[in-house]
Amino acid sequence: MRYGLLVEGAPYSSQAAHSALRFATALVARGHRLESVFFYHDGVYNAARLAAPPQDEPHLYDAWCSLHAEHGTQLQVCIAAALRRGLLDPREADRHGKSGHSVESPFELTGLGQLVDLGQAVDRLVTFAP
Amino acid sequence: MPTHAPATGDLLVILRHAPHGSSWLREGLDAALVAAAFGQAVTLLFQGDGVLSLVEGQGPGPLGQKGTAATLDMLAMYDIESLFYDQVALAGFGFAPQQLQLPATGVEAGAIAPLIAGHRLVLTF
Repeated sequence: MRYGLLVEGAPYSSQAAHSALRFATALVARGHRLESVFFYHDGVYNAARLAAPPQDEPHLYDAWCSLHAEHGTQLQVCIAAALRRGLLDPREADRHGKSGHSVESPFELTGLGQLVDLGQAVDRLVTFAP
Repeated sequence: MPTHAPATGDLLVILRHAPHGSSWLREGLDAALVAAAFGQAVTLLFQGDGVLSLVEGQGPGPLGQKGTAATLDMLAMYDIESLFYDQVALAGFGFAPQQLQLPATGVEAGAIAPLIAGHRLVLTF
């Protein structure tokens, strides 16, 4: 089956992102296709490229990136939710006159319309909320 | 007891949070509005604390947040008119259906599963 995930919880603040990642890993291990993970609400913090968790904890940011590298899963971030929380890619940082960026590839800032499209494109869209 | 047939549509958005204190409601409504703008038939279900969103007369407050009352008024413009709320939750907060800002249908717990089953896509906020 083709799956999409909606992640609404910030990393390390709630179980949502951890559970979503475990579900994602299980999906692809069972031969399903995970098209995209869409990050919304506080879930957008999963895209923060500067995340530096202690070494004895799961590195969620790196794990999302691995999911993209190994399975081609898109990592889409709601741009409106991201910008107001300080998550900007190089283009948005430049546009808003900021000296650095906090989001970069493979995460991509995109609109909520992409979430609607994802919901139509996949067989199952599963929400992970705190 | 609900006498209507379960509503159906493309997308059911479940709103579980009160209008103030977090951005859950606002961001949930944003998702509903975008889906409607993309031509999806959208249904809203206000559950738990989310029923407070529908109570009329709420202002944005002193925090400088926009509030959601204005967004709720815009739902009809987006053809989102299929609104449901958990009537036990509303009564639990001491509100009556006459105090709601918008026309919405109260449902009992048993009607929620058919409501979810009637939509291909469900987003929970």
